[in-house]
Order: sequence, then C-alpha cells, then structure tokens
Amino acid sequence: RARARPRSGPASPALLLPRWPRGAALAAMAFTFAAFCYMLALLLTAALIFFAIWHIIAFDELKTDYKNPIDQCNTLNPTVEKVKKIKRVKIALKLVLPEYLIHAFFCVMFLCAAEWLTLGLNMPLLAYHIWRYMSRPVMSGPGLYDPTTIMNADILAYCQKEGWCKLAFYLLSFFYYLYGMIYVLVSS
Amino acid sequence: MQPSNPGHHSGFQQYPQQYPGVNQLSSTLGGLSLQHSQQPESLRPVNLTQDRNILPVSPVLAPVPNLNSDLRKLNCSPDSFRCTLTNIPQTQALLNKAKLPLGLLLHPFRDLTQLPVITSSTIVRCRSCRTYINPFVAFIDQRRWKCNLCYRVNDVPEEFMYNPLTRSYGEPHKRPEVQNSTVEFIASSDYMLRPPQPAVYLFVLDVSYNAVEAGYLTIVCQSLLENLDKLPGDSRTRIGFITFDSTVQFYNLQEGLSQPQMLIVSDIDDVFLPTPDSLLVNLHESKELIKDLLNALPNMFTNTRETHSALGPALQAAFKLMSPTGGRISVFQSQLPSLGAGLLHSREDPNQRSSTKHLGPATDFYKKLALDCSGQQTAVDLFLLSSQYSDLASLACMSKYSAGCIYYYPSFHHSHNPAQSEKLQKDLKRYLTRKIGFEAVMRIRCTKGLSIHTFHGNLFVRSTDLLSLANVNPDAGFAVQMSIEESLTDTSLVCFQTALLYTSSKGERRIRVHTLCLPVVTSLADVYAGADVQAAVCLLANMAVDRSVSSSLSDARDALVNAVVDSLSAYISTASNLQQSTLIAPNSLKLFPLYILALLKQKAFRTGTSTRLDDRIYAMCQIKSQPLVHLMKMIHPNLYRIDRLTNEGTIHVNDRVVPQPPLQKLSAEKLTREGAFLMDCGSIFYIWIGKSCDNSFIKDVLGYPNYASVPQKLTQLPELDTVSSERARSFISWLRDSRPLSPVLQVIKDESPAKTDFFQHLVEDRTEAAFSYYEFLLHIQQQICK
Repeated sequence: RARARPRSGPASPALLLPRWPRGAALAAMAFTFAAFCYMLALLLTAALIFFAIWHIIAFDELKTDYKNPIDQCNTLNPTVEKVKKIKRVKIALKLVLPEYLIHAFFCVMFLCAAEWLTLGLNMPLLAYHIWRYMSRPVMSGPGLYDPTTIMNADILAYCQKEGWCKLAFYLLSFFYYLYGMIYVLVSS
Repeated sequence: MQPSNPGHHSGFQQYPQQYPGVNQLSSTLGGLSLQHSQQPESLRPVNLTQDRNILPVSPVLAPVPNLNSDLRKLNCSPDSFRCTLTNIPQTQALLNKAKLPLGLLLHPFRDLTQLPVITSSTIVRCRSCRTYINPFVAFIDQRRWKCNLCYRVNDVPEEFMYNPLTRSYGEPHKRPEVQNSTVEFIASSDYMLRPPQPAVYLFVLDVSYNAVEAGYLTIVCQSLLENLDKLPGDSRTRIGFITFDSTVQFYNLQEGLSQPQMLIVSDIDDVFLPTPDSLLVNLHESKELIKDLLNALPNMFTNTRETHSALGPALQAAFKLMSPTGGRISVFQSQLPSLGAGLLHSREDPNQRSSTKHLGPATDFYKKLALDCSGQQTAVDLFLLSSQYSDLASLACMSKYSAGCIYYYPSFHHSHNPAQSEKLQKDLKRYLTRKIGFEAVMRIRCTKGLSIHTFHGNLFVRSTDLLSLANVNPDAGFAVQMSIEESLTDTSLVCFQTALLYTSSKGERRIRVHTLCLPVVTSLADVYAGADVQAAVCLLANMAVDRSVSSSLSDARDALVNAVVDSLSAYISTASNLQQSTLIAPNSLKLFPLYILALLKQKAFRTGTSTRLDDRIYAMCQIKSQPLVHLMKMIHPNLYRIDRLTNEGTIHVNDRVVPQPPLQKLSAEKLTREGAFLMDCGSIFYIWIGKSCDNSFIKDVLGYPNYASVPQKLTQLPELDTVSSERARSFISWLRDSRPLSPVLQVIKDESPAKTDFFQHLVEDRTEAAFSYYEFLLHIQQQICK
C-alpha cells in the first residue's frame, strides 16, 4: 500500500512548519525581550519628558523671580538626608539623579537586548551626563546647581537651553522607541 | 527723543536737547566721523611705541560724559557711580565692534560729606518700573512726569507740588529729589519686612596655641576697649563674644553678675547654646562686665596647649546666636581649621608655588553657612592672621556670599612683624567705627533696552536684579556687566539708578539713591572717545578673577591680553589711513596696555614668580570687593620723588601747604641712587632710600645722621623742625587723609630684604617671567598684525 509521504519540494501553506523548534523558541524570546525593552523605554521616556518639562519650568520660575535661588536649588538638588530618612530610596522627588539613573538603565537594557543602533544613539547623551556630573560645582551632596552662581545670566541661559534640548531629544526618542517597538513586533 | 511742549515758560526742566544737529567734522584721521566738537582731545591718536612718556604727571581723572552743562552739574559723582563707556553705543552690534566691556562700577555706600536727606511722607516712584524720581525725568505740564527708564507717564502727587525748601507751590522740578542725583530717603513702614533691627556685634576669636603665639588678642581687646563707645548704634546695641580652640567657649555677660562667666561646650559635633539669652547683651547695660572681659581675655589663654581650631562648630554656634536678630559676626582666625565640621586640609605644595591650581573652595560648608547667614541678615567678616597656609580660598566663601569683608595679615606676629600689628590696629579702628547698614538690599535699574547680567562683589544675587547684602559698609565696591538687549534708537540719553535700602545703625530705614545719566552715540569713534580706561580695567579684572576660578589662570591671562589686542585692532581698523607698523591708540585708551600689564603682574594673576596661594587668593578677593579708586592704586601705584620737594605747584588745604610732586613712571630707570621715592599703593606706603641719598634728606626728614644708621624697620617719619620734613610730612598726611583706611608706612633701604615688596610694583620693567612695557607693546602689535 502506498502512503502519501510529504516531499521536501515546494510545500503547500498547510504543511508549513517551523524547521528548528528550539531556534524558533529562542527567536521568539529574543523578539519579546527587544519589544519588551522598547515598551519599557517608551514608558520611561514619558517620565523623562516630564522631568525635562519640570526642568524648564524650574528655570523659568527663577528667571521671572517667582522663587529664590536657594529654595529652587534645594528642590533641584537631591538632599542626602531626605534620601536617607525614607527607607526606600525615594528619589522620584528630586530631579537630577532620577533622570540620569533612568537613562543609564535604558542603556544597560539596550545593551542586553543587543539593539546596537539604539544604544549608539543614546551613548552621546550618557557621555554628556557623565561629563556634567563630573564638572559640577564643589558640593557636599549630589547635585548640579549652586545657588550662588545660578543667577548668572550665562549659566541660567545654559540651563534653559539644556532643558529645551533635552525635551526635544526625549520627544524624538519617544517616537523612535514607538517606531522601534512596532518594527520589532511586526518583523518576525 | 521727543521734544517737550514748546509752549511752557523756561522755569521747567524740559526734556534736554542734545547735540545741536549732527556736526560732521571731517578730521585728518580719515574715516572717523565726529559728532561733537568737544571730542577730539580724547580721540587724538597717540603713538604708543614712540611716545615714551604717556603717564600724566597728575593723577588720572574720570572722563566727564558729554552732556550739556545743566545735566553735567546734576549728574552723579564718578566716585559713586562710573561706567566703562561714557558714550553708550546704540546697538549691541556697535558695542561688539568696539570690543570694550560695558559695565558699571559702584560705590554706593561711600562716606559722603554732603548728602541731602529727604523725610517726605510720599516717595515718588514710577508706577510700572518703580524707579525713584530723579533729576533726569521730564515734566510734562505741571501735573505729570515721564519716567526716564521705562517712558511711562505718571502723575505728580499733591504733596510733591509743594517745595518745603523754597516754600513755593507749583514747581515740582525744584524739589531736592529732582535737583540732586544722590539723595537719601527716610523710608516708611512699607519698606520694612520687620521692625528695624538693632546693631548686633558678635566677635568670634581663635584662642588656640598658634593664636596666642601670634599675639593678636591683645591688640584686638585693646582696640575694642578704646572704641567701645564709638561702635555705631543706639541704646539697643548688643554685643557678644565667643572664643574657640578645640572646644567652643561662650561668655555670660548678664547685667547682675559680678564678673563674666565662661561656659564651655565641648560637644563640637552638635553645638548648642548653653543659655538661651545673656550671651548677646545690651552694650550699655553690661558695659562694666564687657570691659572686665576684654581686660582679662588676653591673659586667660596664655598657658594653653590646645593646637586644634574648631572654626566650623564655632561658626555654627555663632549663626544660632545671631539668627533671631541678624547683625555682624567678626571672625579672627589664625590657622587652618582642623577640627569638627568644615575642617580643611593643606592643599598647597610649597615646592610648587608657581602652580595655579586650588583657586576654588575645597568644601561648600562655608558657602552654605554664608547663605544661611545671609538669609538671616547676618554678615560674616573674616580677619585671617596666619603665618602658614590656611586655605583662604575656602574660608573666604563665608564672607563673599554674606556681604562681609576679608582682612588678611600674612606672617602676623605681634613682636616680629610690627608693620602688620600696626596695620591691624589701624584697620580695626576703621572697622569698628565706620558707618554700617543692616539688612540691606540693592537694586540697579537701567533704561529700557539695557539689562544687567553679571554681578561682582561680596553679595548674594537673590533674583535677576535684586542683590541681598546682609551688611553694607562704606568700603565695599561692586561691579556689574551689562548688555544691550534692544537698540536704543528712540532715546539719546540713558540713565542708571542704584537704590540701596538699609537699616541705619540708629534703627531708621533709609534708601540711598544714585542716578547716572549718559548720552547714546551711533558712531564707533564716539564710543572710543568716551571710553573710561580705569573703569574698563577694573571690570576686566573682576571678569578675569571669575574666569580664573571657573576655568584656569592662563585662560584669564590670555583673555586680558586679548581684550587689549581686540580693542586696539578694532580702533586701528576704523582709522583707515594709519600705518600698520606702529601701535596707535586713542588718547582715551593710551594707558590701557600699561594698566593691563600691571594687572598681569599683580599678585592675583602673575605666573612664573613664586606667590603664596593665600596671597594670590587675597589679591583676588580684593579685586572683587574694593571700589575703583583703591583698586587702581593696588594695580598701578603712584610713585613720587620726595627728596627734592619744592614749592612749585603746591596747593593749600586747611591752612597747610601741600607740595604736589609729579607722578613718575613705575620703572627702575626713574629711580636713582641719589634719591628717595614714595610709592602709594593704597593701603601701604613705601619709602625707598637710594644708597647715595643726600645726607641732608636723611638727617632732615628721617632723623638719622647717615644712610647706614637708618634701621631696617622704620615705620614712621619723626616730626622734625626742618622745611623738608614739614613738606614731606604734609604731603604724606594729605595722601593719607584722602582715603578712609589709614595706610601704614614702611621705609625700605636699598639692600634690605623687603626691597622685593617695592620692586615688584615697578611694572614697566622686565622680570624673568614677564615682559617689560615696551616688549608688551611689541607683543600686542604682533598680535594685531596677525
């Protein structure tokens, strides 16, 4: 009795099975991890955009006399005592360090997901953050802004420009991650 | 500029007319256009490389702004308020072409001999920009006035129409506020956030072994005892004392006690006040106790073995004591703080004295303390009397941001260094008795179109133009930099107004207002014609100090040289037919290269010569806080020959005949072995005696038979009955009287080791590490031709 054996010729769609089941599982995992990275990045970029907007508002308040430099710098610089008092390091209240830490976290994530293009685009910003932190004025706690020099017009103008540039960068990255996520999800 | 209504009688202060049309004089300088015939003298080209004697023989005066004579009479005195360009360019582009800095130098609380004080119930101010009424406003009919800073038309209040001085009605422009550009108002309670504070003085004294060795306590206590009654204040004045070594000691001076009680707090990590009150006591009620304490203090610590100094905790305690009221803290420190919060490490490497690192603070403890003090209206003044490195860069922060002042006595010792002891005595006398203002704020307003972007001086910038000064004193100067945001096309005059609101030591709230008016010009030649070279140099010095701390000293030096190169090359390129092989400068800027060279050789900026780090930092602090007239003497001292004083050109001052010797160039070629020279450096006078000086001078003026017998450390001229002694002494005392801080005198013989102090000021000479004046000119010329 002749049994119909499937031939390895042009296969009909109904017989289209994946060739290596293990590879398929791995590919499926890599696919979800990259997409997961992009999704997380999307959410966190929304937080970064919020920080950038807060940054712009804070400097605008200084410029238009709404707040004085000592109070404003205390808001912008994290105070170590406050951080220590709260058991869980609740740094969401302060501005500078959370932004840098979130961005560093992105870079680590993209490194793990092997998304080299995205990592390469974020590298300059990481380097800028490191440079900015290293060349901050002498102070005992972590922080970037010194109340005695912040009212100098050139430093104030620099900080405002920095705020706008970061906002633009984070908005662009938001859309880029959105595109990246859809691309990764679709191209399977 | 709008012309005022022509239909009014001449009694009114009409909005002033400016130039009588545009006089286009064509000059031989080709390509330069002059707008007013009074300009040529300051624009006269001077060939710097050929003309060897550019230093004028009498001291340089401030340039007078080119205004009509009525305005010129009313304008603010240049000693209080001075601008780097007396002709303001109309646009930012024109200012950039001139390559000169635009800024103001202020000395707002200067001691004044005549000051109109106005006690009116209404202080007339513009409704929108809050400018005080000043001599440069325009009165449009009888009832309205137009603000000269924002152009808004305001109403004249009813009380203002009456003039109490002339008892006349209807002539608001004759009132003293409108006839004087420097006035003082007595402020009403709208200007007070809290009732005016009393004068509160706290003295924080270092009593470690080092300090007792140096022996400053005797001098301080003696000076305080003498001047206790002359401390500015009224019946509410309060005083207190804190001493510290490795613990902090407080003194209970409560009125009923038989003797002062010392309370020691040894927990320096968490300093607390041992008693809630009676540490700061009323001066008049506890005067006997205070005098007992001052008599006993120098002897209390003679056998101390404590070598540590807990300055940080002592300051924290002082802050706690002063926060309810505010006032002044005077800190006397003799070594590096080595214990407790704010402790500092030695950062200077003695083998690397030419290095220029460590110009900024090592810790922000003192800066934070100064900001806290400034918030509580307390100023911290520092007297540093140390013989070794004490990190003045970090300690100075306590005074810089709390509007205090810094005094520095290197190598202080009460017996080995009598010059410094004398200086401390004189400085203390001035410091304790000079006028003082408490809880002050200052605001500088300018005509619409100009804006101020950077402030220099011992102050805290609380908002874009509000400066918070916890204390204001008559020896503090400030500088600001301005930029032209909008073109000044619709006006021909700009005005600047400084308003200083303070509480006087008698508890009155007062406002001192200075107003300066300057013309606007449209051509580059006029900008150069009105350049004020001394003000420009002082502003550049302030900017260079900021640049050295934020980037590096060599950047600051390069920036100073570039300032000269750029401005002179901009001038040369506008005058098209001048030869390129010589260095031409306009008469107004002919001293610019000389002053910049002197600045580069100043202790603050010099490289290549061994300079102690504290000396350098102190020179930088002085540059930022001294008013212009003292700063110029520091940068470019005046040199006179005094062994041949004659009666020619003498002036009569108060029945005294004062000889006026001509100024000499600061160069060793002007010194001769047969002469004696006096150098006026502001806070110190040097008299240099040449080896073969005439014996008659040594006998008649110094009181010694010959050169060899003159001692090394002579600090006073004896009062001899000879003509030359009288002339010399009257000249020196005339120089002394012209400034509030009494300078010390030092006589230097030609072979004494102190000779370097004198010779370092001869800026026109070549040294191993720096150019001579002529070489500097050639260097500039080379840079221009590149």
